[in-house]
Amino acid sequence: MPIMLLRRPDDILPSEITPPGVYEDRRRFIAMAGSIALAGALPAGKARATTPSPLGPIVKSPLSTVESQTAYKAITTYNNFYELGTDKGDPALNTHKLKPTPWAVRIEGLVNKPRTFGIDEILKLAPLEERIYRMRCVEGWSMVIPWVGIPLATLLKLADPQGSARFVEFISHYDKATMTRGVLDWPYNEALRLDEARHPLTLLAVGLYGEVLPIQNGAPVRLVVPWKYGFKSGKSIVAIRLTEKQPVTAWMKAGPSEYGFYSNVNPDVDHPRWSQATERRIGEFSKRKTLMFNGYADQVASLYTGMDLRRNF
Amino acid sequence: MTPGKTSLAAIKAALFLLCLTPAFLLWRGLEMDSLGANPIEALTRSTGEWTLRFLLITLMVTPLRKLTGWHWILRLRRMLGLFAFAYGTAHLTTYVWLDQFFDWEAIARDILKRPFITIGFVALVLMAPLAATSSNFAIRRLGGRRWQALHRAIYPIVLLGCVHFWWLVKKDITWPLIYTVIAIALLGLRAWWREQERRKQLAGGYLPQQPQYQGKVIKIFAR
Repeated sequence: MPIMLLRRPDDILPSEITPPGVYEDRRRFIAMAGSIALAGALPAGKARATTPSPLGPIVKSPLSTVESQTAYKAITTYNNFYELGTDKGDPALNTHKLKPTPWAVRIEGLVNKPRTFGIDEILKLAPLEERIYRMRCVEGWSMVIPWVGIPLATLLKLADPQGSARFVEFISHYDKATMTRGVLDWPYNEALRLDEARHPLTLLAVGLYGEVLPIQNGAPVRLVVPWKYGFKSGKSIVAIRLTEKQPVTAWMKAGPSEYGFYSNVNPDVDHPRWSQATERRIGEFSKRKTLMFNGYADQVASLYTGMDLRRNF
Repeated sequence: MTPGKTSLAAIKAALFLLCLTPAFLLWRGLEMDSLGANPIEALTRSTGEWTLRFLLITLMVTPLRKLTGWHWILRLRRMLGLFAFAYGTAHLTTYVWLDQFFDWEAIARDILKRPFITIGFVALVLMAPLAATSSNFAIRRLGGRRWQALHRAIYPIVLLGCVHFWWLVKKDITWPLIYTVIAIALLGLRAWWREQERRKQLAGGYLPQQPQYQGKVIKIFAR
């Protein structure tokens, strides 16, 4: 709380702070699903009157969508996190393979102030915001996820990128001893153009549903780029590298004809093997139409003015 | 070891229930909402994999019979083949109904445009005449030799099934690879047997010393 009050007092209207009770309720609901009898035995009042969110105060963001949020259970049990297993249920079962503490993120390459941020420092760089974003997977399904994080731009500014820097590469944690071998060229890497990385929508996420980011969702810190297919948002990031040349990413190496550098959500450009025109929102029965830039066209279309998005897929 | 009429009936009944188990578990999973965050995908994926598994199990009957001498297991093959078709039909149904929700235009586009869907669809279409001619009546009507020739369509069908699965997965091809290796082994074994038989015949002294099944029609239904 004090950090936020020092920085941007106007932003922190009491009404905007998500009451911890809301999250407490959610957690209680999840616990209840596991054991109705136990939860039922707890006095309701007692369950509410507990500690605030483990991440501290969280500010709501005008960039959030008002669509109904995907269930916590679905977000945390249906994951593409190949380091922890290639089946969608695997990551939640293999959380012991990744230790999120201690953790540090190096910022290196074409920056004037290369440095390493501990995870605790990242949590204090800026007021934590709740960003409720749509997430569209390249496989044709989508979710609405209440992330908690800070704009990536904040971090980049502190590192002071050099004039020649044009791209930002994100390198994920990889432990050869315990994690998946083969399938992709490890460690996982992803990249954005510098202007994409600096875009206000681009988030460095540290939490989910007001809680510390679960391992299977990319703990302790991951990228979230809501207008691109999910795989562009690297998980469990250990290094952020600014470069002049466009990095070759893990999926580009794995399938250059199927996964391009940009990978913007685009209903008109199909994956070579399946259509991207529609998607199934997890929890819904019928499919819905996929929106250009995943519905963020108003905010991001200008980044791609004059570009042939069919060629730059 | 040849079971009597009653034991064979009991074995068939038990096998029937066993073959229904995956369907039952899927149904219960749907009802209890335990198929994960994307139950429609789980259902489509599972029925598809069971189709491929049943095709492979069906193809295992003949090698198993030759290796063990249990000729009676041939009597179980029809049921296994029909279950492959049933799971295949369920697979297509989940796609048409739950995945595309009877959007025939989108389905037609998919079949024409997506090679992996084209191949899966072709495989299922090829299975239909096999399922339709699985009755004793059809075997008699077609004549054993023609019936057998028709039912060799299972060889390309199983390979199409493997390719369909292989092209569908995003990156981790472990399971498509496993199924394909099994399919190739089962088909390779047949090719090898055939070659051995051909050589034997070419070598001249082709004297059937024991009951020969090669090239003969074996009655697979009880009279």
